[in-house]
Amino acid sequence: MTVAPVLDIRNMQTVFRIGGRDIAAVTDLTLTVEPGETVALVGESGSGKSVTSLSILGLLPKKVGRLAQGSVAFRGKSGETRDLAKLDAEALRRVRGNDIAMVFQEPMTSLNPVYTVGEQIAEPIRIHLGRSHREAAADAVRLLADVGIPDPERRARQYPHELSGGMRQRATIAMALACNPSLLIADEPTTALDVTIQAQILDLLARLQRERGMAMLFVTHNLGVVAEIADRVAVMYAGRIVETGRVAEVFAHPRHLYTKGLLRSVPRLGEASALKAAGTPLPTIAGAVPSLSNLPAGCSFAPRCPYAISACSAAVPPLTDTGDGQLSRCIRWQEI
Amino acid sequence: MSEQPLLAVSGLTKHFKPSTFSRGPVVRAIEDVSFEVPRGTVVGLVGESGSGKTTIGRSVLRLVEPTSGAVRFDGVDMTALPPSELRRQRARMQYIFQDPFASLSPRMTIGQILMEGLEIQGMRPREARVARAKAALAAVELPADAFDRYAHEFSGGQRQRIGIARALALEPELIVADEPVSALDVSIQAQIINLLRDLQQRLGLTMLFISHDLAVVEYICDTVIVLYLGRVMEMAPAAELYANPRHPYTRALLSAIPEPVPGRAKQRQVLVGDIPSPANPPSGCVFRTRCPHAAAACANTVPPLDNVAQAHRVACIRREELAGLA
Repeated sequence: MTVAPVLDIRNMQTVFRIGGRDIAAVTDLTLTVEPGETVALVGESGSGKSVTSLSILGLLPKKVGRLAQGSVAFRGKSGETRDLAKLDAEALRRVRGNDIAMVFQEPMTSLNPVYTVGEQIAEPIRIHLGRSHREAAADAVRLLADVGIPDPERRARQYPHELSGGMRQRATIAMALACNPSLLIADEPTTALDVTIQAQILDLLARLQRERGMAMLFVTHNLGVVAEIADRVAVMYAGRIVETGRVAEVFAHPRHLYTKGLLRSVPRLGEASALKAAGTPLPTIAGAVPSLSNLPAGCSFAPRCPYAISACSAAVPPLTDTGDGQLSRCIRWQEI
Repeated sequence: MSEQPLLAVSGLTKHFKPSTFSRGPVVRAIEDVSFEVPRGTVVGLVGESGSGKTTIGRSVLRLVEPTSGAVRFDGVDMTALPPSELRRQRARMQYIFQDPFASLSPRMTIGQILMEGLEIQGMRPREARVARAKAALAAVELPADAFDRYAHEFSGGQRQRIGIARALALEPELIVADEPVSALDVSIQAQIINLLRDLQQRLGLTMLFISHDLAVVEYICDTVIVLYLGRVMEMAPAAELYANPRHPYTRALLSAIPEPVPGRAKQRQVLVGDIPSPANPPSGCVFRTRCPHAAAACANTVPPLDNVAQAHRVACIRREELAGLA
């Protein structure tokens, strides 16, 4: 297995200029996504998971955000590897929607209300693949069928508001897949959906990925979704990856107390009744996520960590290999 | 057991009619919903988009005018009250909203926010209002200096605590909490649920807890009501509902919740199709178009909500045949 990764991010830092000051939203992020693999980027509000996906795509708000350090090596469909951090806007535009596709949280805002669904799916096919209007329109119908939309000819002629939320998300997935990307970045693609529809979309994404051998970077706050869809996971906290590894191992044996606390905070069906009967409160993580403009010294999680000692505040802990490719940014991982 | 429940909803129905100037169908938000909330208990209303859960919550305070049915609060039918009486009754209830960012005024200090309702209720003198507001802040475990600060200085979780303090300050008999933790991160969700449970136990609060997430309501609720397209599918004591769900929709909803256990998804049962529009609900059982067990008879009549065990009621005509499938 010496195939080069599709995405190879090294020591990436993204900063936002706020009030004349540079504030790092993502710091020292190293992450790879192999061909055919799904990697989940998981974290709470302000952890930097969405900023990471926007940085990869060169979609940071121009005036305030910039990718300040590091490299984003990406291998496109042609097999050529390029550093996205060094590409100009025009070159990035040729990559986005073509080699790298995106699916976002809110399907209503990522679809244009004044074009039909079919026209929107056909557009990248014409622009990136140079197909004719007629060919692209036929491709769009085929893609709609592929993402499980019944009666695709009719749906292609409809406008986004005529589709349900789940259908719209299927349509944005069809649009993302239009040019056969080598990497799909899905940023909270099921968060706005009802849970029974979420299950459908997760199944759909897993099937499409299997069939196409596409790599996927899946950004989410939901650990349950991670368990369903991802091979590997990177847990982010306050702009840094604090733990990463194979999902099965990280979830079974978290080597960072934030991961552990997060996993314990997720309500498990049937368990809460027992806790309630025993008069035990639900497990929580004390305190709140720190502000990025005012991070604590050393380990950002230390102020909320039940195992913190003075050494934790001395320096930012490095990502340490805990065996089997699992990495933890905790100096006490062996004791927990 | 003969004590009168604090809240008794019976045959509640709400149809939203299109306005005079627009065409369009009648939206059947809730159809014939009945349940009771005994004093000192928490009842959960759970369902997906269009299930009618929020419309029920709003109808209880008569923030929306029900089309038919009755909402008896402490024995008095809210739907029949003249405006002045309605205001008096409403003062005994409070609402906690989902979005802690939209529900707090950015121009008022937290103290002003907490005291506004007390002032409207005529609490005098000001010192009494200040004392009550500060007690409410303490109850939700916020520092006393929050009193003079503004909402933007607080995180989402802290703002939700302020929303809870605002409700508590008025010492309501009934709290309607509409998705109070849905906008919060998972580690903060559990903190707020613990707080609500603790307050509920300590103060003997009565609560209607609205959520789209079955996993969230289990800990806080005594009874859980599962809604689909404006109708009650199943209701049961919380522990019983999770241990022994009887309605195919409840089972599907439970199985669709992703749990952080790799490999678990394999046994999941995925419902096909979309939730139908409440403007055009299916005949008979509203769930039948997505139900994996639907039979021809399911289209004919609306299934009655029958007792299957102590306080456990299910609206499914095939429930006996399906009992063995879990």
